[in-house]
Amino acid sequence: MKAGAVDYIRPRSLTEAIGLLSGAEVEARVIAGGQSLVAMMNLRVAAPGLLIDIARLPELAGVEDEAEAVTLGACVTHAAIEDGRVADPSRGLMPRVAASLGYRAIRTRGTIGGSLALSDPAAEWPAVLAALDAEVILSGPNGRRSLKCAEFTTGIFETKLAADEIIEGVRIPKLSASARWGYLKLCRKSGEFAGALAIAIADLGRSHSRVVLGAANGAPLVLGDASRLVGEGGRDREALRVAVSADLDRASDRHFDEFQRNLHAVAAMRVVQQVMA
Amino acid sequence: MTAIRLRVNGAAVADDVPPRLSLADFLRERRNLTGTHLGCEHGVCGACTVLVDNEPARSCLMLAVACDDRAVETIEGFADDPIIPALRRKFHQHHALQCGYCTPAMLITARDLIRRERAGSEGEIRDGLAGNICRCTGYTNIVTAIAEAAKELAT
Repeated sequence: MKAGAVDYIRPRSLTEAIGLLSGAEVEARVIAGGQSLVAMMNLRVAAPGLLIDIARLPELAGVEDEAEAVTLGACVTHAAIEDGRVADPSRGLMPRVAASLGYRAIRTRGTIGGSLALSDPAAEWPAVLAALDAEVILSGPNGRRSLKCAEFTTGIFETKLAADEIIEGVRIPKLSASARWGYLKLCRKSGEFAGALAIAIADLGRSHSRVVLGAANGAPLVLGDASRLVGEGGRDREALRVAVSADLDRASDRHFDEFQRNLHAVAAMRVVQQVMA
Repeated sequence: MTAIRLRVNGAAVADDVPPRLSLADFLRERRNLTGTHLGCEHGVCGACTVLVDNEPARSCLMLAVACDDRAVETIEGFADDPIIPALRRKFHQHHALQCGYCTPAMLITARDLIRRERAGSEGEIRDGLAGNICRCTGYTNIVTAIAEAAKELAT
């Protein structure tokens, strides 16, 4: 189908964009790559009255490479991450994730900020950024604030982004030289949304270890017991199975059916084994 | 209506478009470039793939207004491109199309795979084609044609 009638503005600065967003009298939506939003508009699932195009704002395109972290502007594309055209704080994890995300023709336009803002439950970045302990930087009429990505996404397509705020970027702590990661996306066809998505990080140098599931019927799911086991450097397969099982038991609010639960358990086990290998 | 100026297949174009108009409909209806095909109109089938600023993009998921100041290349373009003619020849030789609906976007996607050196093996080509659906061929001949074109261009 075709999108419904809509107005369109391309502001010249982030301040102007925020002004337009907070002053809009119709439903205003920020558009960057538009790879989900335009599809939703074509399907008439979304029908905004005004589009504020931030894709070319220079403030959102930057990359800051500091000693401890890399900050990626919200409009950095998946393809730029895949190709290594921006600094990688994650020792290869983020380029690997980007390459598994949608199709190249989607990745050339879709952005990391857009992925977080939408927080599709099956999307890669909300879960991966939560696993990396990244922070999202939000700009609004009253200035700037930061939130942990693990707390930013609160549910299915639900986040703490206020109606008049725009994601400015993501600050991702650098993994240390000894860090290991595991990543698995289970889907039937390359580029599809995930049926199960798991990330494990073991960065013992920074005392950061975390196992996170995406595509988990809600916000990214941090597996507490499995994370602890990874942090302790545990290598016992049976202990891991018990930990993952206990974590999934606690997530009863996600209402996994037997198939989904098994898929998530397998994904979690495999990424932890990648880390331990 | 919003005024836009862009380059389409190398030529400067100016037009007034309603913001809801997709790049695909702009190309087909305003520029009469009907080689860009529409299948699903939500980014899954890949039939509308064109180049925007030299990178493949779904023209059904881009608004024409957002292409202001950009350069768009459709299958009618590629005048001085060395890869597309090789792909056309190999698609012909290997019977890599039946109805032809997916073919323009297959060529553009295949060109990008070859250009980025992602057409080195059958697996790599199949992975790279995951976003372009063909309902006729079963892909076998498409994959062969792309592999042959990549090989020929590498020598």
